[in-house]
Amino acid sequence: MANILDSKIPSGAIEDKWEKAKFENKLVNPANKRKHSVIVVGTGLAGASAAASLGELGYKVKAFCVHESPRRAHSVAAQGGINAAKNYQNDGDSTYRLFYDTVKGGDFRAREANVYRLAEVSANIIDQMVSQGVPFAREYGGTLANRSFGGAQVSRTFYARGQTGQQLLLGAYSQMMRQVDAGTVELRYRREMLDLVVIDGKARGIIVRNLLTGEIEAHEADAVIIASGGYSNVFFLSTNAMNCAVTAAWKAHKRGAYFANPCYTQIHPTCIPVHGENQSKLTLMSESLRNDGRVWVPKAVGDKRHPNDIPENERDYYLERVYPSFGNLAPRDVASRQAKYACDEGRGVNESGKAVYLDFADSIKRLGEDKISERYGNLFEMYEKITGDNPYKRPMMIYPAPHYTMGGLWVDYNLQSTIPGCFVAGEANFSDHGANRLGASALMQGLADGYFVVPYSIGNYLGGTKLNKVTTNDDAFKAAVDGVKKEISTLVNIKGNRTVDSFHKELGNIMWENCGMGRNAAGLKKALEEIPKVREEFWQNVRIPGDPNYLNVELEKAGRVADFLELGELMCRDALEREESCGGHFREEHQDNGEAKRDDTNFCHVAAWEYTGDMKTSVRHKEELTFENVHLATRSYK
Amino acid sequence: MSGKHINLTLKVWRQKGAKDQGSFVEYQAKNVSEHASFLEMLDAVNEEIVAKGEEPIAFDHDCREGICGTCGFVIDGEAHGKLKATTVCQLHMRNYNDGETLTIEPFRANSFPVIKDLMVDRSAFDRIISSGGYISQNTGNPQDANAILVPKADADEAMSSATCIGCGACVAACKNASAALFTSAKISHMALLPQGAVEKNERALRMVAAMDSEGFGACTTTGACEAACPKEIQLTNISRMNRQFLGAVLTQRPKHKDGGAG
Repeated sequence: MANILDSKIPSGAIEDKWEKAKFENKLVNPANKRKHSVIVVGTGLAGASAAASLGELGYKVKAFCVHESPRRAHSVAAQGGINAAKNYQNDGDSTYRLFYDTVKGGDFRAREANVYRLAEVSANIIDQMVSQGVPFAREYGGTLANRSFGGAQVSRTFYARGQTGQQLLLGAYSQMMRQVDAGTVELRYRREMLDLVVIDGKARGIIVRNLLTGEIEAHEADAVIIASGGYSNVFFLSTNAMNCAVTAAWKAHKRGAYFANPCYTQIHPTCIPVHGENQSKLTLMSESLRNDGRVWVPKAVGDKRHPNDIPENERDYYLERVYPSFGNLAPRDVASRQAKYACDEGRGVNESGKAVYLDFADSIKRLGEDKISERYGNLFEMYEKITGDNPYKRPMMIYPAPHYTMGGLWVDYNLQSTIPGCFVAGEANFSDHGANRLGASALMQGLADGYFVVPYSIGNYLGGTKLNKVTTNDDAFKAAVDGVKKEISTLVNIKGNRTVDSFHKELGNIMWENCGMGRNAAGLKKALEEIPKVREEFWQNVRIPGDPNYLNVELEKAGRVADFLELGELMCRDALEREESCGGHFREEHQDNGEAKRDDTNFCHVAAWEYTGDMKTSVRHKEELTFENVHLATRSYK
Repeated sequence: MSGKHINLTLKVWRQKGAKDQGSFVEYQAKNVSEHASFLEMLDAVNEEIVAKGEEPIAFDHDCREGICGTCGFVIDGEAHGKLKATTVCQLHMRNYNDGETLTIEPFRANSFPVIKDLMVDRSAFDRIISSGGYISQNTGNPQDANAILVPKADADEAMSSATCIGCGACVAACKNASAALFTSAKISHMALLPQGAVEKNERALRMVAAMDSEGFGACTTTGACEAACPKEIQLTNISRMNRQFLGAVLTQRPKHKDGGAG
């Protein structure tokens, strides 16, 4: 049997691969497109743009979201911006440079061909979003403004105040709503995907729960696109919205889709620090703040003076000191780790000692308060609302937090998972970010996948695949519906003593302590012993009040936590097996003076896990990565 | 963690579903940290309710960063509570005093039926958007983004309108439950940009019609919406919508049915 992890990368020079793939793709003639139905799960940037494009092309699309409205998907929360190789600033940017920076930023753990395509379509994304009315920031002459972002030395980030994600999502959402109006896209709100239906080895539908009525529905289609986002809520405290979950992707995994690099979590360096035991989530402060903010801690251990009373020569601007060429714009993993080191040395600030300063005093002196307020005003207001501190007068306090997850369902170049007909787009797949996503590239990937990749690869799949007719009366659908109902009834009948959140917090704590910013074998092994115990107790002692056949928030959360309890274990296993440090995956045993030490000889591959019915026996497969264009080199931001 | 802690009495609207009678139920929120957000305070109350085996208070929320627009209810008569330009998820408990009694109820409007407790159905907003809140531009090969020059002032103004998070506080605050602020924000956002100006008449006609057919009330420009808006969307949007709608009505031409050359 051929290797199931066939990446299907087109042959030829990297610049020609995507053109070649598009030309060689099978086509579906316009009159036949309406005979094909496609399900899209999730309506964030990737899902909404995919649904809009496929609807436009003429396919019958059914889009599903857990939210009350697709406009609320978590893409809305991205603040800083979206990268594109437009070279509008004439500072030397190009497709190749964006490609190069992204491969390097991913610490050589992303697939070259995918990353090149991402860089290639990036310019088109900006054109597309502008044409559909995204009000990007402009210069006085009317041209688009750019700013710089962490991990890059050119200014290629397009932004809409501090609400870039919101504006891009509203753009993609409005395009999808246009298709709803045109009748090509049917939207189903407040539906959670709880299983994937596979018939004759191909994805043919999904099972969802109507979150308002509790009804279990079956939906069939010729292909399924999963665009359900990331899973950093496994840590309980993260920058993800409360409803972000792994459930849709995890259910597909359990039906045969391999899960790749689950241990790659990006820790974002600039979040508002944890304040107390009741905290429900962490709030990100845009990385763009690092353009004008300087990061520092007191030089002396235990210096508890007011920051404004600490003189210059008693401050350690550690990012500028350790990484003179990138300074405060060092990549996220690097900046996060340095913050942790400073705090581990006892030089952290805040009552908890787990925070560092992000100081705008110099920029305010240089540019004036007005300019700073024009650039970051809304972020400063948000900070003040949350902390009660005025960042114009006193430096912000920040600390790293789990943010974006680079792991996800394994996909080939066409974004197809190991289940034919099941495609995965955006954060839910693993493909483009390697071990460390750089700033402003998640929005880019979501839109690239949804607007410019999936519409082609779906056509290729439908045009070249013989699909038998299926209906939701088929046995596979009935069995899946029964399975979902059984799981729900098991959950509500446990009637134990502990709340869902208490389990989620316990899991999150284990994950953060042992599989967070720094990981080591002892900690990971400990977590692998603890998580199954928590999972066991969960299934014996969770309490879900209320009626399952009605809106039941505790039941929704319980299902998600049940999946996180399985995913968490896989993340730890993946982290334990990857005996190297790369980007966001930092194994403490593998370092050179605090810098990640990769092992290209043994780990220049994607780890893709196959579910075999039991977490302990999941099988690790490898997709070897080759770097023909950007040669393997140690990252240095010094 | 240090910081002040307070105790509150909450009178919370509990309603099983749209067809059920609702009523206020009293809860005690004990030892609430001033650093907690309003929703985190409710989380803590809910944990106690669940521990007793009862159903927790249902409220909508998601990002908890003030941007997704999911959260929102009325606290002591004010949509999103007493702070200006703040969603409830960003309202922190340091703004309340020990011993206070707070009344918490859902956004009330006929077009926003109660789903459960503090959750209401705002899908009417989505239907208004699908009636024309978009620019008709297919995916593919638009011209270079810089080929469309947009004066900075226009782009900034469009952005200010586009900031609307669709939370519905404007409707809840309005005595007529009008959706004029929401609808006009979207109409303004699109019309201020050259890309969207092309179909602005059609858009205004369709979106205003959709707003009316959803049963939202008429706007009498009292400004309660602007005062309650967490994103400070301005009344000027409504003026712009009215002007556009009137202009569109007066200059409306029959749609040509002629097909393209064959």
